Amino acid sequence: MTTPIIDVKDISVGFTAKSGATLPILRNIDLTVSEGESVGIVGESGSGKSTLALAAMGFLKRGLRLLDGSVAFRGKDMFSLTRTELEKIRGGEIALIPQNSGQSLTPTMRIGAQLIEALRLHSSVPASEHVTKAIELLGQVRLPDPKAILSRFPHELSGGQQQRVAVAMALAGEPHALLLDEPTTGLDVTTQAHILELLRDIAHERNMAMVYVSHDLGAIARVCDRVVVMYAGEVVLEGTTRQVLKNPAHPYARGLLASIPRLADHHLPLALDGRPPVPGGVAAGCSFVDRCALVKHRCRVERPGLAALPDGELARCFYADKTAEVSLAGLGVVPVELESRGTPALQLDALSISYHQPGLLNKLLGRAETRVATVDDIDITVCRGETLGLVGESGSGKSTILKSVAGLLPPAGGKMTVAGGKTLAPVVDNRPPDHLRSIQLIFQNPDDSLNPRQTIAEILEQPLRLYFGLTGQDLYDRSVEILNRVRLGGHYLDRLPSQLSGGEKQRVAIARAFAADPELVLCDEVTSALDVSVQAAVLDLLNELKEKHGTTYIFVSHDLAVVKVLSDRVAVLYQGRLCEIGPSNQVYASPSHPYTEVLLGAVLEPDPDTAPTLSADDIVELSPPARGCPFQRRCPRKIGSICDSETPPWHRLDSGHAIRCHHKIDDLAAAQVVAVVE
Amino acid sequence: MLRMLIRRLFLGAVTVAIVSLIIFSGVELLPGDACTAFLEREAKGKLLENCREAQGLNRPAIERYVEWAASAVQGDLGVSANGQKSISELVGDRLKNSLLLAACSLALGVPLSIFLGVVTGLWRDRPIDLTLSTLAIFAMTIPEFVSATVLILLFSIWLGWLPGIVLTPAHAPLSEFFPEILLPVLVLTMVMTAHILRMVRSSVIEVMAGDYVQMATLKGVPHWRIVFRHALPNALLPAINVVALTIAWLLGGVVVIEVVFNYPGLGRMMIDSISDRDLPVVQAIALIVATVYVGVNLSADLLTMIANPRLRTMHMRRK
Amino acid sequence: MSIVSFLDKNKHFNRIILVLRDVMSRPSGAIGLTLVAAHLVLALISPLIVPYDYKAMNSALMLSGPDSAHWLGTDHVGRDVFTRVLLGGREALLVTGVATPIAVIWGGLVGIFFGLVGGRIDEVMMRVVDAFLSLPWILKMLVLIVTFGTGIEVLIPTLAFFYGIPVIRIARAATHDVVARDFVSAARARGHGRMSIIRRELLPNVLDTLMVEGAMRWSWMLLAFSSLSFLGFGVSPPTPDWGLMIADARGFMSFAPWGVLGPVIALSSLIIGINLTADALAKALGIDRAQKAPI
Repeated sequence: MTTPIIDVKDISVGFTAKSGATLPILRNIDLTVSEGESVGIVGESGSGKSTLALAAMGFLKRGLRLLDGSVAFRGKDMFSLTRTELEKIRGGEIALIPQNSGQSLTPTMRIGAQLIEALRLHSSVPASEHVTKAIELLGQVRLPDPKAILSRFPHELSGGQQQRVAVAMALAGEPHALLLDEPTTGLDVTTQAHILELLRDIAHERNMAMVYVSHDLGAIARVCDRVVVMYAGEVVLEGTTRQVLKNPAHPYARGLLASIPRLADHHLPLALDGRPPVPGGVAAGCSFVDRCALVKHRCRVERPGLAALPDGELARCFYADKTAEVSLAGLGVVPVELESRGTPALQLDALSISYHQPGLLNKLLGRAETRVATVDDIDITVCRGETLGLVGESGSGKSTILKSVAGLLPPAGGKMTVAGGKTLAPVVDNRPPDHLRSIQLIFQNPDDSLNPRQTIAEILEQPLRLYFGLTGQDLYDRSVEILNRVRLGGHYLDRLPSQLSGGEKQRVAIARAFAADPELVLCDEVTSALDVSVQAAVLDLLNELKEKHGTTYIFVSHDLAVVKVLSDRVAVLYQGRLCEIGPSNQVYASPSHPYTEVLLGAVLEPDPDTAPTLSADDIVELSPPARGCPFQRRCPRKIGSICDSETPPWHRLDSGHAIRCHHKIDDLAAAQVVAVVE
Repeated sequence: MLRMLIRRLFLGAVTVAIVSLIIFSGVELLPGDACTAFLEREAKGKLLENCREAQGLNRPAIERYVEWAASAVQGDLGVSANGQKSISELVGDRLKNSLLLAACSLALGVPLSIFLGVVTGLWRDRPIDLTLSTLAIFAMTIPEFVSATVLILLFSIWLGWLPGIVLTPAHAPLSEFFPEILLPVLVLTMVMTAHILRMVRSSVIEVMAGDYVQMATLKGVPHWRIVFRHALPNALLPAINVVALTIAWLLGGVVVIEVVFNYPGLGRMMIDSISDRDLPVVQAIALIVATVYVGVNLSADLLTMIANPRLRTMHMRRK
Repeated sequence: MSIVSFLDKNKHFNRIILVLRDVMSRPSGAIGLTLVAAHLVLALISPLIVPYDYKAMNSALMLSGPDSAHWLGTDHVGRDVFTRVLLGGREALLVTGVATPIAVIWGGLVGIFFGLVGGRIDEVMMRVVDAFLSLPWILKMLVLIVTFGTGIEVLIPTLAFFYGIPVIRIARAATHDVVARDFVSAARARGHGRMSIIRRELLPNVLDTLMVEGAMRWSWMLLAFSSLSFLGFGVSPPTPDWGLMIADARGFMSFAPWGVLGPVIALSSLIIGINLTADALAKALGIDRAQKAPI
């Protein structure tokens, strides 16, 4: 048994609070990584995973300090080295690929300069060959036209390109170990899949040890051999990827896995109630007591140690073996399907939206704008009681469409109609009160969508007073009732948003929307900013509200599994144009539009036995093409010039499923069956 | 890039034009006119008529504005209220002297303040930072005339090292202003340094706590290289703007200093002409100062654009 | 029982207490607030506690040094310096105390208005504001003072007007920041009227910035006021004022420095106090202030 390359022994890291007490961020962590091994560190916000990864490099953020234990890298104690010694090791023997490369690359230095700096510091390549080597590195991370990129500045690159540059920079020193801190957060689904494949290949080719920190179990499944699950600053479960993901032996890990929506599911993911304890909030006993289904008296008084299980896993739970008995399957709620009645709740005809305002000069001269519209040619009908999902990546226009329906962004062309055949005025200012009340919008980021200076009571007061004229006691009673509906107690009324967690804030935002008794609720990536376990609770809530009130939803998300589970019908958008629309189980199955096929192929399931299919290239599109099919530049099934010049026709299949492609449906179906088989 | 430059120049010229309008209409709106103001109690009869004749006040306002603006562009600023002296001549010497004062203060103050700002930012909360920051607060908040007075008390009266008053006449060559110019420069530098230091300090602190500095540390880049190659080019970008603002402030603050030290510059001339109610001179000085201000801001804008890669490339990409 | 509106009133009061406590917990805030409070109290009660009449001239005692009868000595016409120092802040605090809120209110309203309106009008207006700001403050004010006189009925509007102009820029920038936030879009989408959005969403968030700015404005206005007095364009004799006193005593500094030191310490301590308070207030409210040169 060779010495591990990274050996973290019983470390505890903490900070001194204003009150003077020492609060821990990490408690008694042991972690070993052998050469060539890939270990995943999984946890949600507040678990301490990033702190642990950075500690492996001997680095602690300002304000934190090492309370106990040691970190050894290749036998050297990282916390007792001098600064010069650390500078040699960091970047040279162990390198970091950061979370947000856009912010981690120095804005005033060109890419080439930053790469060459890494080469100069840590590689043995002679100065005269630095440029050649830099180009080679960029090629290894599969960046097109590396020579041009050398002279660019970081802000000129897209998110995916920046991340690849970060990988190249990390490889420059030919390190023995790589640390990756959520390297694919914020990237599109397809980009994410590409980068992960790249990382996987690199790790295998060079036999590098890898520590991969993430909250995304799908990514971990793809890349890691072993997994460590963290909760509230502790390791709660450790084992091989297969063991942890297929049959987790800790209640938290089990809950976490159950709360991830999967493409094959027909039910909603299982919500995990409550939230993780704050640093220093665990007095005695297990940190998971408040949320555990198996909790017994012993758990509250005694802190469980990390015990070995017969199959080699390590679990911090007294009842780990019982956990295995709790089944993961079939516990979630099946989303309600309402019978649609009457006229459609919303109809969009040939809707076209443009962010670009004609310049003053052009307006004066009456010149027509030749810019291509951001969103174009949208024909969608949403029936009452239905949930329509809108999927697409960045630039797909899905949020833009919601904004127009909400009346915040007037469309450039087309018509919007609501129930009863009435036309929906393009801007809020021109809408009658009834329309204003019946269409409500929920935003992505709850930190931003609630006024920080208003109490929850005031936030809820606004729609209640505006639409129903409630005051005084009536207002209060109704506010409490609405809060209860979103499973928050009346005592939340006099709190400020800053006192609530992310999940609670989003529930308040939902409560605010439902306070208006709306007919149509627009959800703009409402779960994307939340932790996975919290996400499940919000989805559950949305489903319950729909069941009670018969609300129609338009649900926008980039997460395909979430959309599938919640939606009755799904529309797939690319660069602001519709590609495919239909009942969700049909859209997600074959035959599909080529873009849908690419999207579905790129999804990472938290299952080590699955692998994504990467068919389209990872190109960034700046704007939609002026003519022809929007997917023409990336389509792996492109026919030829017809795709560039002519708008593809709609093929309508049964039950409202429609695909827009120049291919014949049968051809697509046949080709896609072949692909699956392969 | 060239288009940006031309666009900025154009906007600068527009601003100066607007300023000239403001100045002119401001003066017009005051009760009375240049002559009644200047002559005060003697503003009647033949005296008044002659004065008005000389100043051309009998013509409509718009005509006078155009004429004034047009000749100003060519360098002729008209005649003073008593109709005797060409303003351009009067102003020439004074402007030169004030520029000397400003230039010396800038040459001393800007490098010093940037240096001190970086030092206090890098060693924040250590003794050197606490001392310098406290001193900066004092220098910044105490009115210039107070600092000037205190410094005169200290250096001129008690220690006798430097002269506390300027006796050199306005038209004297620049070299004759030393060593009298030292105390005024010291006061101006003190106040200027305080402002720039605080700003640079907070910028340095912000950048050093930022993501890309952390990344460079984790990349194994030696500390001092991080400071000079990664942090400072970013931290000092806003400094350009602050220096510009400080120069602008200088144009005003210099007035008080010139009065305290009896320095024969543009500022003192402004005070004197206001006291004398010599409105044409006031108008001319206002225009000069405003033009310098606009020019300085323009240069700062352009310099920022050149130094900040984000702004440089922004207009080239069609977003 | 209307819980909601009851909480409303309490909330404002509670917030003020919380902020004050935060300010006092910081060393800069504690020192600053104490200094300011001391000066305000002094300005109010000084006429009741001064030993002499500030006008009383005594030709026999001109420029005599500090002794038991005259703690800070006498000035060049025999008046008691200590008395005049105690009273010296009253006029300054009165004028600036009235002019500052006016400046912040009118500058804030205009800035918020243009921040909301946006578009061409906003751009044009900002050009005009920039042009205005390119003239040295002293010039602008002196022209008005010289034309209309130096009474407080001229000083207050003049100071309020000219010091309100930079507030326009600040209020506009703050408005832009807030308007971009989702909660404002949410309010718009709900169909709230413009005035309602301004009142409920915008103002509370912009007010913090304006308050800190107001504190800084006050200190700069005091600076300007005392500079004006120093130059002879502010307060008229024999009213005691620190700026004026420094101007008068300057000529005799070499042998009678106490005439200068008294007002210098008084004036400096007040302005420093306001600055420290503004700093602590900004930190307490979480506002990041870019350092700017005055006006």
